[in-house]
Amino acid sequence: MLKQIEGSRAVAEAVAMCRPEVICAYPISPQTHIVEALGSMVKSGELAPCEFINVESEFAAMSVAIGASATGARAYTATASQGLLFMSEAVYNASGLGLPIVMTVANRAVGAPINIWNDHSDAMSQRDSGWMQLFAENNQEALDLHIQAFRLAEELSLPVMVCMDGFILTHAYEQVDLPTPQQVDAYLPAFQPRQVLDPREPVSIGAMVGPEAFMEVRYLAHARHMQALERIPQLAAEFKRVFGRDTGGLVHTHRAEDAETMVVAMGSVLGTIKDTVDEMRDDGHRIGVLGITSFRPFPTDLVRAALHKARRVVVLEKSLAVGIGGILSTDVRMAMSHLPVPVHTVVAGLGGRAITRKSLHRLFREAEQDVLEPLGFLDLEWDLVNKQLARERNARRSGPAAENILRDIGTVASKIA
Amino acid sequence: MFELRIHGRGGQGVVTAAEMFSVAAFAEGRNAQAFPSFGSERTGAPVVSFCRISDRELRLREPVMEPDAIIIQDITLLHQVDVFAGLKKDGYVLLNTARSFEELGLGDLIAGRPPERLCTLSATEIALKHIGRPIPNAPLIAGFAALSGLIRLESVIKAISEKFSGKVADGNIAAATEAYNLIKTRIEEVSTHA
Repeated sequence: MLKQIEGSRAVAEAVAMCRPEVICAYPISPQTHIVEALGSMVKSGELAPCEFINVESEFAAMSVAIGASATGARAYTATASQGLLFMSEAVYNASGLGLPIVMTVANRAVGAPINIWNDHSDAMSQRDSGWMQLFAENNQEALDLHIQAFRLAEELSLPVMVCMDGFILTHAYEQVDLPTPQQVDAYLPAFQPRQVLDPREPVSIGAMVGPEAFMEVRYLAHARHMQALERIPQLAAEFKRVFGRDTGGLVHTHRAEDAETMVVAMGSVLGTIKDTVDEMRDDGHRIGVLGITSFRPFPTDLVRAALHKARRVVVLEKSLAVGIGGILSTDVRMAMSHLPVPVHTVVAGLGGRAITRKSLHRLFREAEQDVLEPLGFLDLEWDLVNKQLARERNARRSGPAAENILRDIGTVASKIA
Repeated sequence: MFELRIHGRGGQGVVTAAEMFSVAAFAEGRNAQAFPSFGSERTGAPVVSFCRISDRELRLREPVMEPDAIIIQDITLLHQVDVFAGLKKDGYVLLNTARSFEELGLGDLIAGRPPERLCTLSATEIALKHIGRPIPNAPLIAGFAALSGLIRLESVIKAISEKFSGKVADGNIAAATEAYNLIKTRIEEVSTHA
């Protein structure tokens, strides 16, 4: 049924239809609306049987999810930003133990400086944790990916992060097609754990593993990710049969036919990019888009196949690997090994900086003229950066950089974007 | 595509206003998107929300920088925020005030703009009368529905009923209805005089 609702609400409805048995969460913006909605569904009895556990921190949230999943319960949690970092040790444990937890990450910047707005730094920090990471382009996809995520996680006995842009998606009201519980039941079978803490058949989970077997256990995690590369498209196809929507999968292309310039991105910015690309196509520009849904596992072959005919590739990413530049673009470059196609990294939208059509039009035209550097920063205010650099050259005790720059800018309340 | 920007302060229902307007547009079979520009959310701090309405799928995620319409829930923002930034030449403006544009020193803003698209409404008073709290969002979006002719009153009422229930819904619906009719009448007067 079509509904005009908030993204967080849509995700909560989808998660509830997946019948989680344990939900544990610690509030942090911009994820909070999701677990608030789920909490009220549990309290009202609408979502039953399900235990909603208020925990004292994100570390506890993931630890409870691990315990719940190990006893054979379908477990869900959600977090963002510093919350994800705070649970990081347990995040690695969940995947290392092979427990199929599903977690929403409402993508938000990581401090310092403290910032509540959207970028992908939080999810990127956990890219090697062993979790699968799926990125939603819009709220319909966010909703759909959660249903697919439980199926994928439980089949492979590996946890999945569904990443959706904080505020931009979580707090956006837009139209979503809510499935029926019957559809979800038809798609998502009951959880059949590979391992379960059961007093009738005791096992121990979480043994210490020395040099004799550690590499093998780690390799198995990688092998499961490689299996996921096959299963994710199959599960998306099956999803389409049941729900009639083509969401999920590994990658999606847009206007990629005969494109000389290909733009690669993840998440909600793909919408703005597609609008820009459509306008440029109308003006005769040969430009297309590759949206990556599955960042982990990374669909190396499909990325290469989608990009190898282009003359240039622009990777627009909402994260910065300080000291080298891109994160997503490093993986794209790996996929493009030995191809004579330049890959440009453009870091954009950090800490909620708006990514506008106007800036994208300028950027993509610069790309077409082959004037982009290997690493660029969209709409970076160089004057502010240079002023602070000068301050640091001129005085040893130049003071805190963030506060200096805020003072240079003056009030920010008067700006729209 | 029609783009609306709403300015107000934390606690005035600025975000809810955009959400309800999107729900009203959806009720009429349009594609709609509403989203906030969250600052550090504090009561009284400037807040901006956005609403886009289109007959096509909405994919755009940038803030509304060249609005077709602006609603200002709190006119004290006129001195603090560049609330009219990017407003289209033939754009709509709805201010929550009992004063006129001229009295507010906005003579320059309205010069050359179509007068039937510029309007003021004492939405806070209407809200106090019907809801008992100074939350002017429902009368403002209903007033804007009348001003723009974009959305029917019944759709606004439907949106309010989805968001609120009981007495709060009743009060908001009464406030919205009064605001809608007030502006409808005023527009008819303007067009009769013109």
